[in-house]
Amino acid sequence: MSDNSPKKRRKTVEYGRWGYFFIAPFFIVYLFFQFVPLLTTFYYSTLRYSKRNLKETIEFAGLGNFMDLLGITEGEKAYVLLYLGNTVTMWLINFIPQIIISLLMAAWLSDQRIKLKLGGLYKCIIYLPSLITAASISVLFHAMFSAQGPITMTLRDAGIISKNFDFMRSVAGTRGIIGYILFWMWYGNTSLLLISGVLGISPDIYEAADIDGASSARQFFSITLPLLRPILMYVLVTSLIGGLQNYDIPSLFNVSKTGLIGQPNDKSTTLTMYIMRLHASNDGKAAAVSVFLFIITLILSLAIFGGMGDNEERRLKKEKKKEAEAEKLRAQALKAKKGGNQ
Amino acid sequence: MARPGGDADTASYSAEMFRHKLIRNIVCIFFCILSILPFLLMIINATRTSNEIKTGITLIPGGNFMKNLNMLNEKQNGMAITLWKAMRNSLIITIPSTLCTIYFSSATAYGIHVYQFKLKKFAWAFIMAVMMVPTQITIIGFYRFMLKLNLVDNYLALILPTIAAPTVVFFMKQYMESVLSLEMIEAARIDGANEFRIFNTIIVPIMKPAMATQAIFAFVASWNNLFTPTILITSDAKKTLPMFVQLLTSDQFRVDYGVVYMGLFVTVIPLIIAYIFFARFIVAGVTLGGVKG
Repeated sequence: MSDNSPKKRRKTVEYGRWGYFFIAPFFIVYLFFQFVPLLTTFYYSTLRYSKRNLKETIEFAGLGNFMDLLGITEGEKAYVLLYLGNTVTMWLINFIPQIIISLLMAAWLSDQRIKLKLGGLYKCIIYLPSLITAASISVLFHAMFSAQGPITMTLRDAGIISKNFDFMRSVAGTRGIIGYILFWMWYGNTSLLLISGVLGISPDIYEAADIDGASSARQFFSITLPLLRPILMYVLVTSLIGGLQNYDIPSLFNVSKTGLIGQPNDKSTTLTMYIMRLHASNDGKAAAVSVFLFIITLILSLAIFGGMGDNEERRLKKEKKKEAEAEKLRAQALKAKKGGNQ
Repeated sequence: MARPGGDADTASYSAEMFRHKLIRNIVCIFFCILSILPFLLMIINATRTSNEIKTGITLIPGGNFMKNLNMLNEKQNGMAITLWKAMRNSLIITIPSTLCTIYFSSATAYGIHVYQFKLKKFAWAFIMAVMMVPTQITIIGFYRFMLKLNLVDNYLALILPTIAAPTVVFFMKQYMESVLSLEMIEAARIDGANEFRIFNTIIVPIMKPAMATQAIFAFVASWNNLFTPTILITSDAKKTLPMFVQLLTSDQFRVDYGVVYMGLFVTVIPLIIAYIFFARFIVAGVTLGGVKG
């Protein structure tokens, strides 16, 4: 036995080295194509690029790019905040109905008591839009809702919108449709994620609730919703990160012919469209927007996860405190009893 | 199920069940129609003339399908990039990207799952940490780096990075935990197979179901990608399909509505047909990923 063990250990170490060979391609590629570019993007954000007569001149700008973006430099407008506002607004228009409808779909399509025969088909159909090329979908919606588009015409004829209403000239119209496209594309995907979450909940809990006579609605709010919390957080974070990167749909939907400006009046321009626009003229400033986006993403993700952890911690602390108090009371009672006996 | 009450209660209970079922089916069908309607309108408008389209939406197809298709081809005469070329370009990028993603992600997951080495924990923690970092954030550094390597306007710049796909590694490792037994690998070692051979001849076949699911998602992601190619591809002849869609909004096409819908129809239809065949499989894959994630 004692003879065997060092030999065995040496053997596993020998094999262990193979692990590096298997993970090497991933890490080499990640390092060069993602990690180093991330660091250099931070570096580039401190430079100022300007093109004159096809020649690119580069100078150190320190935090100058950020001052420009945030409108601190005199004469500069805080575009980055404006576009952050646009991006978040369009994300919210999509996310609020998305989470409500997805929860409803998840509750119904995973219900073991009231089974829908066509449930499988419904799942397949509502998932379809998320796989289709977003660029095509954006152009399709633009074609249908433009000033002479068929849906606009039908809505006008039906008297739902006034004769001279144009979605493309209305801020609410444009943002509303972009938000709606995002909702329409992703609610099926979110529904499926939530369904898998619901199916992961032990059926025993529902059975017990059934025996106690809890209604479907009651079961949903008292069992399903609290136990879905982790997966809801996951959906929220991934949707938010995706929403902040929103590019394909707004960049093809209602933009000016030159310069990627989201019409009307710059109200549907997103942060990534801004990066693309700046990339044509000044990579330093474009990099600064990337860094800004990175920081915002990081803060929001940490806030959401942190908030969740905090709640959990607070709950645990509370329980511990209660326990400790109970322990104290018990000890006191015991003491009193002992005292009484003596 | 034991429910309080007698026969009358049972009858009203099943009537209530029926009512619930009816309402739920109606709502679900409503959402299904909502999901399909834009595609349906797209197909129908692809069969109509410009003037017909201007009159509003309808569910009755027109008779202009072939004319719109011919017109679409005609309008592309003399263009450096055509719809068919753009599709071919997208395939040239997407197929190797997909293969790289699933093969190297499986290898990475295998390396971390099976072997014991010093940096194992760090490697896994690193992959988990970078899973959510989006490419848009690194794009300027990436572009500048490609400029130095002379890889701007070269498909390699779009294909090589797909070797490192953290989310796919994550799913592959989850799958391995449920299907791989280390005894199998031990047995192969005793038979004298080397480690790479074991991976390629034994592990890859076992991983096929997970690889197929992830391949579909990797394919779709690469096929639909617009942001990265827009930055990296500069010559017209190398444009990808989503970049071609952008051209459909240019004056050349936008004046003829029927042709725009026809163009969109052609860009979208391969994915829809593929989805009809794989839908059950894909939906099962999403649900599986959700449980594990």
